[in-house]
Amino acid sequence: MAAADANNEPLLVVEDYEVGFRTERGLARAVDKVSFELDRGETLGIVGESGSGKSVLNRGIMGLVSSNRMIEDGSVLFDGGQMVNRNRQEFWGAKIGMIFQDPMTSLNPVMKIGKQIFEPLRQHLGLDKGEAETRAIELLTQVGIPEPARRIKQYPHELSGGMRQRVMIAIALAAEPEMLIADEPTTALDVTVQKYILDLLRQLQLDRGMAMTLITHDLGVARGRTDNVMVMYGGRVMEHAPTDTIFAEMRHPYTEALLASVPSLKHAKHTRLTPIPGAPPDIVNPPPGCRFSPRCKYAQPKCTEQAPELNEGEHRYACFYPVGTDASAEALEKNMAQGHTATGLKIGLAPAKAAG
Amino acid sequence: MAGSGSAHLRNERDDILIRVENLVMEFPAGKGQVVHAVSDVSFDVAKGETLGLVGESGCGKSTTAKAVIQLPPPTSGSVNFNGTDLTSLSGEELRAMRPEIQMIFQDPISSLNPRRRVHDIVSEGLQIWSTKAERGAFSEGRVDEIIEAVGLDPVEAHKRRPHEYSGGQCQRISVARALVLDPQVIICDEPVSALDVSVQAQVLNMLEDMKERYGLTLLFISHDLSVVKNVSDRVAVMYLGKICEIGDGDEIFANPVHPYTRLLLAAVPDPDNPLANESETLVGELPSPIDPPKGCRFNTRCPRVQDKCRTDEPVIEQIGDGDHWTACWYPVLEGVGETPVATPTA
Repeated sequence: MAAADANNEPLLVVEDYEVGFRTERGLARAVDKVSFELDRGETLGIVGESGSGKSVLNRGIMGLVSSNRMIEDGSVLFDGGQMVNRNRQEFWGAKIGMIFQDPMTSLNPVMKIGKQIFEPLRQHLGLDKGEAETRAIELLTQVGIPEPARRIKQYPHELSGGMRQRVMIAIALAAEPEMLIADEPTTALDVTVQKYILDLLRQLQLDRGMAMTLITHDLGVARGRTDNVMVMYGGRVMEHAPTDTIFAEMRHPYTEALLASVPSLKHAKHTRLTPIPGAPPDIVNPPPGCRFSPRCKYAQPKCTEQAPELNEGEHRYACFYPVGTDASAEALEKNMAQGHTATGLKIGLAPAKAAG
Repeated sequence: MAGSGSAHLRNERDDILIRVENLVMEFPAGKGQVVHAVSDVSFDVAKGETLGLVGESGCGKSTTAKAVIQLPPPTSGSVNFNGTDLTSLSGEELRAMRPEIQMIFQDPISSLNPRRRVHDIVSEGLQIWSTKAERGAFSEGRVDEIIEAVGLDPVEAHKRRPHEYSGGQCQRISVARALVLDPQVIICDEPVSALDVSVQAQVLNMLEDMKERYGLTLLFISHDLSVVKNVSDRVAVMYLGKICEIGDGDEIFANPVHPYTRLLLAAVPDPDNPLANESETLVGELPSPIDPPKGCRFNTRCPRVQDKCRTDEPVIEQIGDGDHWTACWYPVLEGVGETPVATPTA
């Protein structure tokens, strides 16, 4: 592929990607027909609650969930090459780097920091020991670790949590990957350290023109740190749009509900929060129709009969009664008048009693 | 950071339920070294109030809360609960006090016994504390009432064990277990940190309802500033074993004056963060509590540090004339005195 083309083609093209796990109760569809594209240099925020499939999606793409209970279908093209149902080890580190939530379990506790960074350098870049050490010190300097020459001789337990995550980033970036998967990279860290790590990731990404998927349950992080946001629920994409658009004009009731449930600094003390009633769906036996319908205040009979498809375009959403349209206003009015939605969720002026 | 001093204690009020004075908690670290986990912390909590304790990992917020219930007893200082100094009580006297102060923890699943049925978990406190005559009908009714109050089905609770409930439901069970003995105080140690946002909102609302219904006083520990702002009447910001700012929650979040509070708040990824455009970032690493900095403990990382901060420890002083106190020689005073932007709602 010519260099000029390379900049126009998306780096990652995911189409109807599915990951399922065979369980005693049946097939658990953790990722169910997900499609999206990721451009070079783009940061895509993937947002959703536990069990929404956001982590499995990314680990599936990387080939990190393979087991004989797992089935995978669809297409994932990385730089034109198919990744699904084949060994993806050649991508690990070299083309796609990955950082995880808990740096302590990702680092080898009995191996010095330096050696853990040398490994990708020697394996992927073919550096000798001396070169690898020089490069490791450079990398640690880039991620803001003071006294790198001393640190490479230390073990992970001698570093603070934020420092360990910086080491993880240095390892992930060592082989200069074109894409970084950051799976809740700051969830275990304090806010001040989180800010530092997110600033650092942004800077490194800009310097290297690297694409990134940032998986997070924190909508504030997604809002401030991404170009586009994809909202997942029960293994499906509910909404996908440029970050500014999704927060200003969200269309999916789940996105709206998720945002409304977060406590905000602008609220005065003891402001009543707006939880999402009910619990996330069972992915072995998902509810018929739209998976969010049992918890949705707009739900109509159609929502329980038919699953809405994602529309095409820059702002994609899968909903028959999108938020901010006349259709949703009418649907809500109808539900308020009858006191419940089509799925039997009680709504009205009094806040529904939380059940989860 | 801060500092010692007790100017912020509300001596004039007669509804103070907990009063902690000059609390010090030290742990041996081997080789004759000492971890200064909490150093000379004082605060009070009025009846029906929620005090939020915020700060980063290692600031001593959990240690402070646990010292209140004498787990373990503090190295020095006093904890006055309802007129009794808990530090002076004998083992049996302290045990008799225990039903009054209950605790709920961060991980709802590991804090419940997986082998026991939920009804039994909730009723255990009553089994221990009720007299023979009270056991049976009385306690059964009480357990069912509490389980229903926290939003669970009392009939199901007789049959099911914790693993059959979700994380949010397990946290409701923890709350029920704490409530069953009709305590005056509940210490909540990061009670919603392990929960998804939608469930977090359910549990926070439930806690507020329980506080209202049973007239509880809460000591609420969290690293999440938005959560703390939402549930607390008063907030204490801690750093390295000291209180750096304390007072009315809305006031502190609207006009933070301590440089550490400002940096902490500026780091919160919230679009409505009043300090979101603050360019300062907290630099450097947290100093070791084995050898904390002299003077103000925050001086090694403070953007406003002066020579005085490195030698003299600041004492807690009032800011303006409201409920706002800080321990800092050079607080950021712009904006103080203006009306807080947030207005209380019912």
